[in-house]
Amino acid sequence: MSTTTTAPGATATQGFGGVQARSEAEINPPRIAIRNLDFFYGDNRALKSIDFDVPDRQVTGMIGPSGCGKSTLLRVLNRMYSLYPGQRATGEVMLDGENVIASETDLNALRAKIGMVFQKPTPFPMTIFENIAFGVRLHEKLPRAQMEERVEWALTRAAIWDEVKDRLDSSALGLSGGQQQRLCIARTIAVRPEVILFDEPTSALDPISTLKIEELIDELKRDFTIVIVTHNMQQAARCADQVAFFYLGELIEVSGAAQMFTAPKHPKTQEYITGRFG
Amino acid sequence: MRRGGSLGDTIFEWACRGAGVFVLLLLGAIIVELFIAGLPAFQAFGLGFLISTDWDPVQEVFGAGVSVYGTVVTAVLAIVLAVPLAFGVAFYLTELAPAWLRRPVGTAVELLAAVPSIIYGMWGFFVIAPAFAANLQPWIIDNIGELPLIGIFFQGAPFGTGIFMAAFILAIMILPFIAATMRDVFEQVPPVYKESAYGLGATTWEVMKGVVIPYTRSSVVGGIMLGLGRALGETMAVTFVIGNANRISASLFGPGNTIASLVALEFGESETGSLKLASLLALGFILFVLSFVVLAASRYMLRSRLKA
Amino acid sequence: MSLSLTAGMVPGPRKDPAVAAALGRRRKRADRIIRSLCVAATLVALGFLASILFTLTIRGFEAMSPRVFTHITAAPGSEGGLLNAIVGSIIQAALGTAIGTPVGMLVGTYLAEYARGSKFGNLVRFVSDILLSAPSILIGLFVYQILVLPFGGFSGWAGVAALAIIVIPVVVRTTEDMLNLIPNTLREAVIGLGAPKWKMIVLICWRSAMSGIITGILLAVARVAGETAPLLFTSLGNNAWSIDLTKPMASLPIAIYSFAGSPFEDWIALAWAGALLITLGVLGLNVLARAVLSGRK
Repeated sequence: MSTTTTAPGATATQGFGGVQARSEAEINPPRIAIRNLDFFYGDNRALKSIDFDVPDRQVTGMIGPSGCGKSTLLRVLNRMYSLYPGQRATGEVMLDGENVIASETDLNALRAKIGMVFQKPTPFPMTIFENIAFGVRLHEKLPRAQMEERVEWALTRAAIWDEVKDRLDSSALGLSGGQQQRLCIARTIAVRPEVILFDEPTSALDPISTLKIEELIDELKRDFTIVIVTHNMQQAARCADQVAFFYLGELIEVSGAAQMFTAPKHPKTQEYITGRFG
Repeated sequence: MRRGGSLGDTIFEWACRGAGVFVLLLLGAIIVELFIAGLPAFQAFGLGFLISTDWDPVQEVFGAGVSVYGTVVTAVLAIVLAVPLAFGVAFYLTELAPAWLRRPVGTAVELLAAVPSIIYGMWGFFVIAPAFAANLQPWIIDNIGELPLIGIFFQGAPFGTGIFMAAFILAIMILPFIAATMRDVFEQVPPVYKESAYGLGATTWEVMKGVVIPYTRSSVVGGIMLGLGRALGETMAVTFVIGNANRISASLFGPGNTIASLVALEFGESETGSLKLASLLALGFILFVLSFVVLAASRYMLRSRLKA
Repeated sequence: MSLSLTAGMVPGPRKDPAVAAALGRRRKRADRIIRSLCVAATLVALGFLASILFTLTIRGFEAMSPRVFTHITAAPGSEGGLLNAIVGSIIQAALGTAIGTPVGMLVGTYLAEYARGSKFGNLVRFVSDILLSAPSILIGLFVYQILVLPFGGFSGWAGVAALAIIVIPVVVRTTEDMLNLIPNTLREAVIGLGAPKWKMIVLICWRSAMSGIITGILLAVARVAGETAPLLFTSLGNNAWSIDLTKPMASLPIAIYSFAGSPFEDWIALAWAGALLITLGVLGLNVLARAVLSGRK
């Protein structure tokens, strides 16, 4: 697992493990409010009484060792778990005054509002254009010209337009891994969600592609509320405004990124980010 | 000691390889034998044998036209009937059925594939054809049969048996093969691709249509071709219900025959060395070529597995 | 590419919740309809199976009596059974499987242990797969040409040969599939002990794959037990008692075929009894094969 730590005796101002956090910033008012959330795989309680807020139009990073529940929480936010029998959540996940995990929630509408980008790029086996249009068509009836405009907009926002504008009609499977991932981001943006969930979006990518995605996330937070799960401490430090640390299904600590990486309150957090376990 | 091992290895390896060569030779021998045995018919009637609709044992004039037509029409019609059903079953088994129902329902569908051909024939002849002739068929003839253009396919007397009934029984027989192939390839689609589509707000059907089918297209076509290959050569069930007449009628309710049913029925009444026997074996050769092409195409499509 | 696009402005009409909701309702309705159709398709398929089993049970039991198992086939109107056909079927299916299985196992072993990825191996696999789905009536015609014509007529052996050819590709398929499931580390461990490859295959690989291979054999028996078309031109059928494999031999499918197509009530009844027997046997073998396979997991 992840961090390339230096000696743990580094000074507090440099941050534990040499991780350089972005400067302290204000945390915005909450967009999603999670209260008393429990999650079960069958009888196994994977999340225990989670309480925290996802700030509006900022990046929330979720870190922790494998199996700590951070990906599970992400999959609660857009109800992805509802695809699988035997998985259930209790508590409150409030978005726009509605409880996301209530049984009467319209899942299709919810997922139009909360988009998701996965660990591995998942281009659909169709053209680049069709990949983007696929999601848009689910929720809107656009004339051709407007659809083209939307596709261009989404690809531009995902910083891939210049690379693909001349081959919109060729298969998306021909793109490189990093391009495919940005295509998937474009596909998510095109639906015009309010929140975007990133599930370790760079774990399958090379460092340069990773850097591009990180820059992109930084750019996107002006318009979208972003939650990112990552194994990579540096990535959390570079991208996130707020960081939440999970361990064994519990939320150990949540605070501003600078605070988290320079002066964590909880000893477990300190151990994790200095690379003593994980 | 060591030498003993390597001698054993040599013998065993050659036994295995020899068996492989034997299987190759077997297929080669089937092709060659059928061709040689059918040669007198090809020599007597030339290429016209393929399209001639004659089958006259008295005049000793034979042609493959009617039975080739019957073979292709029943098989294609069977595919048209079976594919939507098979897709529904496969979709149900992979995405819709509750976990505890998947195994029993899947097993039941596979058992449908295990029922011997002759049982389908009896069931079709004694149960389905009379029921169809008594209930649905007269209505179709009176109503759809009166329509312009397509009406001509649904005219005639309500006998039950005929080209349509043969195709219907064939459809039920190949349904489980197509459904099983579709289910297996649908299950190979990595869940994360489906989740990606769900994550955009797609419904189950939209995920199927937009992601699963595009992903599995070539394998799905391969499965359909496999069903087609089976339908082409199915003998006993068809012999029972097709009506066995050597003529091409426009109506699907009319009787007809297929290569396999004609061979099964007429073989016993053919003299050794007669032109009729040679014609039947020539029909066998044609059927072999037809099935080979379709099955080879099916294998080719099924071979291209999903990229992980 | 205008700069304005890179900013937050979204092209196209503003999001209209009413439009999205209406579209959403329509999409959900389509989804529900398709789901219902799929459930219906599954019910239809299961309905066919139920109808076949129901018909066989009703008509088969009506005609079932000890006589079916104690008497041989007889002229219409006289007390006949199916004894010779049952025995003939068992003999031919057993011998066909006994001959076809070793060949199929060797081919499957060749494909899994010696020819993985080789061109020749791919060719053999392709040909075996073609044989697996090739029309069985053509196998009958082929055996007629090479065994019946040159050797003086229809015989039980010719029937056995036709069934053996059908058995081979079934066993090839399962043997190869099962051997492919065995991890290479096991093979390396055995070779590492200094065992020759053939011993590794026979003593370790075949043994590990045994339940799968048995499944394949059971499925092959089930397949040939119901085969009718290839026997029409090989063992022909025989209304007298005969277990002489050099003579024409009765079989259950052929007896069913000739009786079911006859105009005589008692023959048709016997055909149903035979049909019930053969279906019970074939489906029973299939269920048994599944049980063997799942028993090992």
